[in-house]
Amino acid sequence: MMLLSEQVLNGLQYGMTLFLMAAGLTLVFGVMGLINLAHGSLYMLGAFACAWVAGATGSFALGLIASLSAAAAAGALVEVVVIRRLYARDHLEQVLATFALILVFSEGARWVFGSFPLYLTLPSALSGAVMLPGGLQYPLFRLAIIGVGVAVAVGLWLLISRTRLGIRIRAGEADREMVAALGVDIARLYTAVFALGAALAGLAGALVGTIQSVQVGMGEPVLILAFVVIVIGGIGSIKGAFVAALLVGLTDALGKALLPSLFARVMEVSAANGIGTALGSMLIYILMAGVLIWRPQGLYGARA
Amino acid sequence: MGRDAALNTAVFAALVAVAFGAHVYGAPYVVTLATKAAILALAGVGLNLALGYGGMVSFGHAVFFGIGGYVTGIFASHAAAGTPVTTFPFTIAGSAEMLGIWPMAMVVTALAAVVIGALSLRTTGVYFIMVTLAFAQMVYYFAISWRAYGGEDGLSFYVRNSFPGLNTFAPLQFFAISAVLLAMAMAFSALVTRSRFGLALQAARANRQRVMASGIRPFALQLTAFVLSAAIVGLAGALYADLNRFVSPAMLSWHMSGEIMVFVILGGVGRLAGPVAGAGVFILLEQLLGGVSEYWQALLGLLLLAIVLYAPGGILGLLARGMRRV
Amino acid sequence: MSDVILDIRGLEKSFGALKATDGVTLDLRRGEIHALIGPNGAGKSTLIKQITGEIRQDAGTVSFEGQAIDALDPAARARLGLARSFQVSSIVPEFTALENTMLAVLGAGGGVFRFLRPALADRGLTDPARFHLEQAGLALRERVPASALSHGERRRLEIAMALAMRPRAFLLDEPMAGMGAEGAKDLTVILSDLRGEAPILLVEHDMDAVFALADRISVLVYGRIIATGSVEEIRANPEVRRTYLGEDA
Repeated sequence: MMLLSEQVLNGLQYGMTLFLMAAGLTLVFGVMGLINLAHGSLYMLGAFACAWVAGATGSFALGLIASLSAAAAAGALVEVVVIRRLYARDHLEQVLATFALILVFSEGARWVFGSFPLYLTLPSALSGAVMLPGGLQYPLFRLAIIGVGVAVAVGLWLLISRTRLGIRIRAGEADREMVAALGVDIARLYTAVFALGAALAGLAGALVGTIQSVQVGMGEPVLILAFVVIVIGGIGSIKGAFVAALLVGLTDALGKALLPSLFARVMEVSAANGIGTALGSMLIYILMAGVLIWRPQGLYGARA
Repeated sequence: MGRDAALNTAVFAALVAVAFGAHVYGAPYVVTLATKAAILALAGVGLNLALGYGGMVSFGHAVFFGIGGYVTGIFASHAAAGTPVTTFPFTIAGSAEMLGIWPMAMVVTALAAVVIGALSLRTTGVYFIMVTLAFAQMVYYFAISWRAYGGEDGLSFYVRNSFPGLNTFAPLQFFAISAVLLAMAMAFSALVTRSRFGLALQAARANRQRVMASGIRPFALQLTAFVLSAAIVGLAGALYADLNRFVSPAMLSWHMSGEIMVFVILGGVGRLAGPVAGAGVFILLEQLLGGVSEYWQALLGLLLLAIVLYAPGGILGLLARGMRRV
Repeated sequence: MSDVILDIRGLEKSFGALKATDGVTLDLRRGEIHALIGPNGAGKSTLIKQITGEIRQDAGTVSFEGQAIDALDPAARARLGLARSFQVSSIVPEFTALENTMLAVLGAGGGVFRFLRPALADRGLTDPARFHLEQAGLALRERVPASALSHGERRRLEIAMALAMRPRAFLLDEPMAGMGAEGAKDLTVILSDLRGEAPILLVEHDMDAVFALADRISVLVYGRIIATGSVEEIRANPEVRRTYLGEDA
């Protein structure tokens, strides 16, 4: 039971980081119709910025600020220089151009930071474990990540439903030309949306980099999982991204934790471990396949 | 011969000339590079069928490349160890014969493509890109955790598989095998795209609604093209495994999918010899830029960006335009 | 009753609170041109899409030659001989006029899964395609890419493609749209001949063409058929004059 609740929390924490990634991707797709493979590079950039600034200044808070601003600035720059030329292009060209950006970002990071992983140390205020009701010891930082995820979800919801920017974003989804006709500077709106998505990816990178290590190539596996989240949640839907991210996070954590012991009941332990682990790592993709069969447009997607 | 046909023949001839020239001048390393280019081009020709002609932007074709490679590695390693590949439901022995391994690699790949394709084709557009990428990642993780065949470390087999009447270890002879298969795949591709099936497939890419209104289901067309495409890529994977005498999850990675796509685009989407030019130029850049800087992929990225933004037809698109002007 | 080719009964379709199709009953009989007119937003396109199967209705049935086709997808309905043209020219732009028409022949005749023989050397495709191009007055333009055809020629190509599908009924969605007066006149003659091939359900804004061609007219307003009748009956119908013709005049 203790194991189960711990894995549920792990799943929630993992799901929240996926949500931070998926929210930016789905926003950029919903508003601009762009598929951005280089979103994982912005995640990596956020992690490196946090690790470097936190290492140099000793302040994790400054590191977090650095990750947000570096990723947002890089996002805005990339949008102005490259991405905005791609909005009118087809998806194939978007995929290639953003694949090219991954190569540039990854090799650039390798050139600046080298191939060895960097490690982030937790600030003392957030390290250690807390005793949860029921007697479960759980790392405080992972709880903080869950908190950040919830805060971002609420913030995005408020932004989109309550603010002028949100109205413009929703109108932009509905009809680009109408927004342009209303006199909204669409180019600036797009840059702002892209930078916002980038900042969320950078934040996710900094948070995950604190749990794992910071290294070149860390972004793409997360990017692909964020795609799985979007496919399940429905493209363009922040709510879908949130629900699907938690679903994917929980499926992954529980599957990896429980499947080996489940198989061990019917076969010998080493074989059960092998099969359980292999299947556990495939479980979220099987979930995705199930959603594709049942609802190809995703849980909250509009019918394509 | 039309201009396009002349261009296609010239590109293929250039690859063959490089290999034979290198052999004559005693540079077996260059022959091996040309072989690598031919094999990667074969994968590109396969992907082009789905991507260029069928309009299916698959970002997961490495999965077929890798499956072809793993089938080869698994059969070869069992042949070396003298153990059967499986005893259930019937006994399948290992094999070190290319002629036995290739059909197996293509069939297994095609079966995987039926499943992945049928699921992925329930979606279109940007969803399709993400879904193919995700399924490839699934198989990648599966290979990593499959310890029986090397897991993360991959699987080495020390003897290149054999081909009747040839010494596959002689670089030029292995090149010849790869080049002939490449030529056959190009010829097959040329026929298919001009056939009834090709007509309907290309129509489905350009105007799905019209194809349905004509009484043809795009799904069946696209799935067939996807499976054919995958089988060719699986064959390329089998050759690639034999070239290196090694397979690893890297053959299944998203990065590999991206590279196969780059061969197609660099050369020119929907052009028969596009992948040949693309793979050739890719290998050339790897050798030239790789000598200048170990971060050559950043330069490749910039070049790729320039091509996408300013020369959407790829290298052959530029050449064809140049020829028209002459 | 065997004269009724296409029989639409009690069709309903809502998008959220909007009732796009509200109990439409309509039929198409052998040898006739039945025009469907109505102001913009009346739900004409939605109705056509329910007939072709692109949209599933909420209630009601569509029967084609006495057989309910509600469960069939668009490709299956097309193979039964329900040939449609699109509001916005929907051709394959990089194909030539001939190849576009061959595609329609291929859909009607089957045999899509043949991989090796060049389609352009396949007289089973090219002969019927050329025949129908000629019928639509495009014989001299067969090698021209569809993207290079004039607007009027593209509408004709649509007709050729509809003909190539061995149609049992045509659904023509604004074939005159965007045509000059000359082109519209030419096309009126072609459409009038088409009636001999198969009956036409014609959605059209060009009232001159509708009054010249139609045997019967139905008027669709806010998802409802407010009147069905001959040209004279429709011209004389006070409700139609008020809600529709009135605005146009």
